[in-house]
Amino acid sequence: MNVPKGTWVEIESIVLHPAERAPGIPPETARCPYVRRLSGFLEDDGVPGGEVAVRSLIGRTHRGILRAVQPGYDHGFGPTVPELLPIGISEVRDG
Amino acid sequence: MADTSYAAVLGRRNGIMKASLGIDFDSYVTSPIAFDYERMMADTGYSLEDIVRIQSQTKVGGTPLHELTRLTEWVRRTAEPGKGARILVKDEAANASGSFKARRASISVFEAQRRGFEGVVAATSGNYGAAVASQAAMRGLKCIILQEVFDSRGVCQPEIIEKSRACEAYGAEVQRLSVGPELFYVLLRTLEETGFFNASLYTPFGIRGVETLGHEVATQVRERFGRDPDAVVVTHAGGGNVTGTARGLRAAGCLDTRVVACSVDLEGLHMASDVDFNRKSFTTGHTGFGVPFATWPDRVDVPRNAARSLRYMDEYQLVSQGEVFFVTELLAKIEGLERGPAGNTSLTAAVTLARQMDREGIVVVQETEYTGAGKHHNRQLSFARENGIEVRVGDPAQNVPGTAIVLPRTLDQVRGRVQDMDRLRLSYLKNAARHHPVGAWTDADVAFLAADIKQDAAWVRRAVAEDSHE
Repeated sequence: MNVPKGTWVEIESIVLHPAERAPGIPPETARCPYVRRLSGFLEDDGVPGGEVAVRSLIGRTHRGILRAVQPGYDHGFGPTVPELLPIGISEVRDG
Repeated sequence: MADTSYAAVLGRRNGIMKASLGIDFDSYVTSPIAFDYERMMADTGYSLEDIVRIQSQTKVGGTPLHELTRLTEWVRRTAEPGKGARILVKDEAANASGSFKARRASISVFEAQRRGFEGVVAATSGNYGAAVASQAAMRGLKCIILQEVFDSRGVCQPEIIEKSRACEAYGAEVQRLSVGPELFYVLLRTLEETGFFNASLYTPFGIRGVETLGHEVATQVRERFGRDPDAVVVTHAGGGNVTGTARGLRAAGCLDTRVVACSVDLEGLHMASDVDFNRKSFTTGHTGFGVPFATWPDRVDVPRNAARSLRYMDEYQLVSQGEVFFVTELLAKIEGLERGPAGNTSLTAAVTLARQMDREGIVVVQETEYTGAGKHHNRQLSFARENGIEVRVGDPAQNVPGTAIVLPRTLDQVRGRVQDMDRLRLSYLKNAARHHPVGAWTDADVAFLAADIKQDAAWVRRAVAEDSHE
């Protein structure tokens, strides 16, 4: 799939490989690469999984692997936690 | 091209800091453990009046102080006769960007603009990022926010992804990073590459910006009640909220007001652990920052930290995650204020405090924060469940950070745990001794340490002498 120049995308890149990371961090962290994701407008046509350059919202250029096309935010409120609902309702008031 | 290895970049940190802040920290240092704190704070060159004026230009300050009459009534029902102080809350969610952090960002961004910087950078996963981005947007500066967002599975903390969204909404470049303290490395590299201003949380500009909060609390309580607040409760993480607020109270002449810090207890969860990262249901205001930053402030992204909480703290309370979520829900249900859980940490401590105080007393909770997708306590609890953490109703004393969140059944069960301040102070002195052996401490060093833990020199001398005999 070709992603045209100018599309808003998210890229990912490795900032530090495990061997390059800070000393003294816990082993479960130390064995993972230190990874960066950021979004910007594609500078040239690209393909998902391919190396691309993007221009960030403030106009800086960053390179990385194209990981998402037109990324959005889908965080929400999650499934209702029913245990919260009785709190503060007069029938179950405290005291 | 400069060496970009971790060690090489860290090795250039002092030069990078000097260029990106314009503060020569070395000029304040008097020994490996002491420096001229008050001169550093005064050298920002801003009076409190200047700060009020600058903040009013960018929709910061003058937030309402609400009396929580129903919560006060509920607390009185769980208190001994004659007990149950009035609880007031400073609705800091009314600041541009939705939290008190706008105060902290405002002076840094103003300073960056005044000195002709093209942009600002901050490494922060919390409300501060949105605050810097919002302030930079109003002053026409470019902004880069660096955040710790996701673990090695790629799973994002919902509260932090909301901050990514907010920062982008204000036009910032947002770099989302995986778990690790190397955020500081990315900060240094970004400052070097861009030549932007370092809008660190811990500079004198950041802390002085919070002084207006303490000053407003004093003024508003006096106008309405004709007296000073008895206690001001402050959510505590890196120490800037406590420090700035307490300095503002002092500047207003509130010398007898007790400054009570409060953090969520996350003992046992490692701050740099990829596994523990998404087992935390709070991303700030917790002991993972609160204790280490209180007992050694100079562990931050600037050489000398302007946020020195033990210098100002009279009491320190811990509350559990379940207690804060309970009080957050209660605030919505009986006070009609839906606010974020991190800001309600101090509200939770205020419940305990008000219960012990006389009815005539006044307790001020000095902040709220906005809430919404990702930040909302329902999302934090449902996310905890998705990550295998037990969520149930019961005795909050059975909370185990990262394993079980226990929501109290009744308000009576909300009981903050008062910490031993002297233990914190001794821990600070031990950290100081690790940086500079006790035998080498001069009278000036001891005077600095004493001021930094709100004690006198004799107390410091006695404490180290007793410790060496143990």
